Amino acid sequence: MDEADRLQLAVSECRRTSSSIAIVGHGSKALLGPLAGVETLSTQNLSGIVDYRPEELVVTAWAGTSLDELTQVLAEKRQMLPFDPPRFDGAGTLGGALASGLSGPARPWRGSVRDAVLGVEIVNGRGERLRFGGSVMKNVAGYDVSRLMVGTRGTLGVILSASVRVLPVPPTEETLAVPCDAAEAGRLVRGWMRLPLPITGTCYFSNRLHLRLSGSSASVASARAELGFGEPGNVGLWASVRDHAHPFFADPDGPLTRLSLPRGSRFDREDALIEWGGCQAWSRNASIDCPEGSFATTFAPGQQPSTRPMADAATTKMTARLKRAFDPDGLFNPGVRG
Amino acid sequence: MSNTQVLSRLRAALPASSVLTGEHAVRPFETDGLTAIRETPWVVVLPDTVAQVRAVLEICREHRVPVVTRGAGTGLSGGARPLKDGVLLTLTKMNRIKEVDLDACTATLEPGVTNLAISEAVRDHGLYYAPDPSSQLACSIGGNVAENSGGVHCLKYGLTVHNVIGLKVQTFEGDELVLGGKTLESPGLDLLAVMMGSEGMLGVVTEVTVKLLPLPVAKTVLLGAFDVLEDAGRAVGAIIAEGIIPAGLEMMDNPSIRAAEDFADAGYPREAAAILLCELDGTADEVDADAHRVQSVLESHGADVRVAKDAADQERLWKGRKAAFPAMGRLSPDYYCMDGTIPRAKLAEVLNGIGRLSEEFGLRVANVFHAGDGNLHPLILFDANLPGQLEQAEELGDRILRLCVEAGGTVTGEHGVGVEKLNTMCVQFNDEELNQFHALKAAFDPEGLMNPGKAIPTLARCSELGGMRVHQGRVPHPELERF
Repeated sequence: MDEADRLQLAVSECRRTSSSIAIVGHGSKALLGPLAGVETLSTQNLSGIVDYRPEELVVTAWAGTSLDELTQVLAEKRQMLPFDPPRFDGAGTLGGALASGLSGPARPWRGSVRDAVLGVEIVNGRGERLRFGGSVMKNVAGYDVSRLMVGTRGTLGVILSASVRVLPVPPTEETLAVPCDAAEAGRLVRGWMRLPLPITGTCYFSNRLHLRLSGSSASVASARAELGFGEPGNVGLWASVRDHAHPFFADPDGPLTRLSLPRGSRFDREDALIEWGGCQAWSRNASIDCPEGSFATTFAPGQQPSTRPMADAATTKMTARLKRAFDPDGLFNPGVRG
Repeated sequence: MSNTQVLSRLRAALPASSVLTGEHAVRPFETDGLTAIRETPWVVVLPDTVAQVRAVLEICREHRVPVVTRGAGTGLSGGARPLKDGVLLTLTKMNRIKEVDLDACTATLEPGVTNLAISEAVRDHGLYYAPDPSSQLACSIGGNVAENSGGVHCLKYGLTVHNVIGLKVQTFEGDELVLGGKTLESPGLDLLAVMMGSEGMLGVVTEVTVKLLPLPVAKTVLLGAFDVLEDAGRAVGAIIAEGIIPAGLEMMDNPSIRAAEDFADAGYPREAAAILLCELDGTADEVDADAHRVQSVLESHGADVRVAKDAADQERLWKGRKAAFPAMGRLSPDYYCMDGTIPRAKLAEVLNGIGRLSEEFGLRVANVFHAGDGNLHPLILFDANLPGQLEQAEELGDRILRLCVEAGGTVTGEHGVGVEKLNTMCVQFNDEELNQFHALKAAFDPEGLMNPGKAIPTLARCSELGGMRVHQGRVPHPELERF
């Protein structure tokens, strides 16, 4: 019996004894709140690359594969995960990256976690081992359960393995910085978003706007010339913001609020860290205004995240039904909102 | 149920011209692009507003009448086949562009807006909508959502699922789901992803918000001609391994090349075993540099390479590829188009397998291949007037799709399951997986009255047959390029 069989059997056993299950990988995402289950199911031993052919631009790996290992294997072939998921404290698994659905600094340009997912194998709440999608880019056979699994935080099933799309690492990457205030940063970024520039990151914090350019050396150089500023920035910034190792995130005890802002909207608060071309902002102010058309998610230690505004009745109804469709007995990650 | 009562309620809810009954009036709606599959709908309704859509759904809910939603009817798998005792909800009248937001680079559309109309409306602002199925002149954005449509630029720019960011959906129960929007993240389950490619089984899409991209500054097209088909396959892998993501990468085998050349005079080498068409776009510097690299990869794999001289020459090279399907109409009275996807590395193996099956069945097969994303369109040539040939073509098609699944691929890359591929779905998914699909469907549509009998086969019956054939050019919209 392999590890995946063992996990499937464990779910069936929990179903028989009506024991709820907490699904964990590296346990690195305390940010998302605690898990409560009678039994704990760890994917840590379900690890390794199942299939990787660089010329197919797809990698398939077991859920417990560490993001460090995965990114290293890809880097050897000059490839990367387009969604560049956070590695809090350096840890994190592929399964955890999918379940949490958190994307890195290039999200607006290289897509989200779900954008890259091509297929999954899961165990649902009936203890059935199911495969959806596959390892090919184009696939419209059946409903897109693979992408539905992303961001569900384990509430629909245990992810056993996943196939994700990868991208080539650009030959050149440059970080530039310009001193300005939040209003000016917003104005600049909004202008750039409409131009065919090789941008893969923006970040405003404390009177400095950082910009990342990626591509061939010629296209990066011509973009730099077009933008007209040349002050080199800190290349380590992007990973530190992604992993919440940046000083802005330094207070582990205080609540942290993430604002999801509409594309092209104005948001120029000086007390926030603003990234993703102006579409994501972080604040230490838990009651920060949530502008029209935005969502605010507040993460507080030891608690489940809370979101403003609340989901409407139709969405809430559908969410509950889908939960029952996958996990009829409510075994997985009780109390967690997918 | 009282038919008369339903009809009179529909007529009260909609303008008289928006409720069609009688054979003459409903005949144009009896089929989508899969013309082998026909059914005369009982009644066709053409609502003009969301309120009218909701009214139709309410009437159908109260009288338990099944509903099939349809856009332009260019689908290729029978997903919009009507029901003889059901309502055909046609959304082509809802074709207004509601908003173009230049700050957000988004457009908000009614479901009947055609794919091409989006790009045309924003071109002057230097923007466009990326997915470009070949039926883009006629196909609607609502239908694109239903099928998760692709096109020839998917490898670089993604499918509908990557480019539609928000939806409003009316459920059969009368709820409106507002999914996604202009933010990049939305709380809760990703119902937006589930709607993509759901073939009208889960709800009626009444509003679509799409992301718009800046038009690329520069573009070039290269043609590589190969003596050995396997070399073309390997060259595709080598281009990707170079770290280049072409905007388009298409392969044609010899029968397709000859047919296309005879038809379109695209300048293809008629003797080549295979050609690759590679489109690169981006900044001028980038395109230049990548074109040189692609050229040397193609040459090192034994290709004769031609680089398009100018925009007109680029058009000409693409023209042959886009004419590949109508060109088949000259070679054969009928053809049946398959739509598998395979891992690219398995291309030679699958094509050899198709060649063996072609001999076994005594039917010619030509292949065109979206080489960048692995989507293979074998075209089975046959004559429906010869007794038994249609059935043979369909059986050959089934066998080809099985080959695709065996190679680690899928039975449909972009045309959808509809009614056509219900039986091959049984090859790809086991009973537990199919049951999970049915449970998902029931969450959205507990009564099972939205497009019943499509997309997911019942466990009891995996035997429905069908075929997309083009009998002597008699298809809806014969003027359109397909695929």
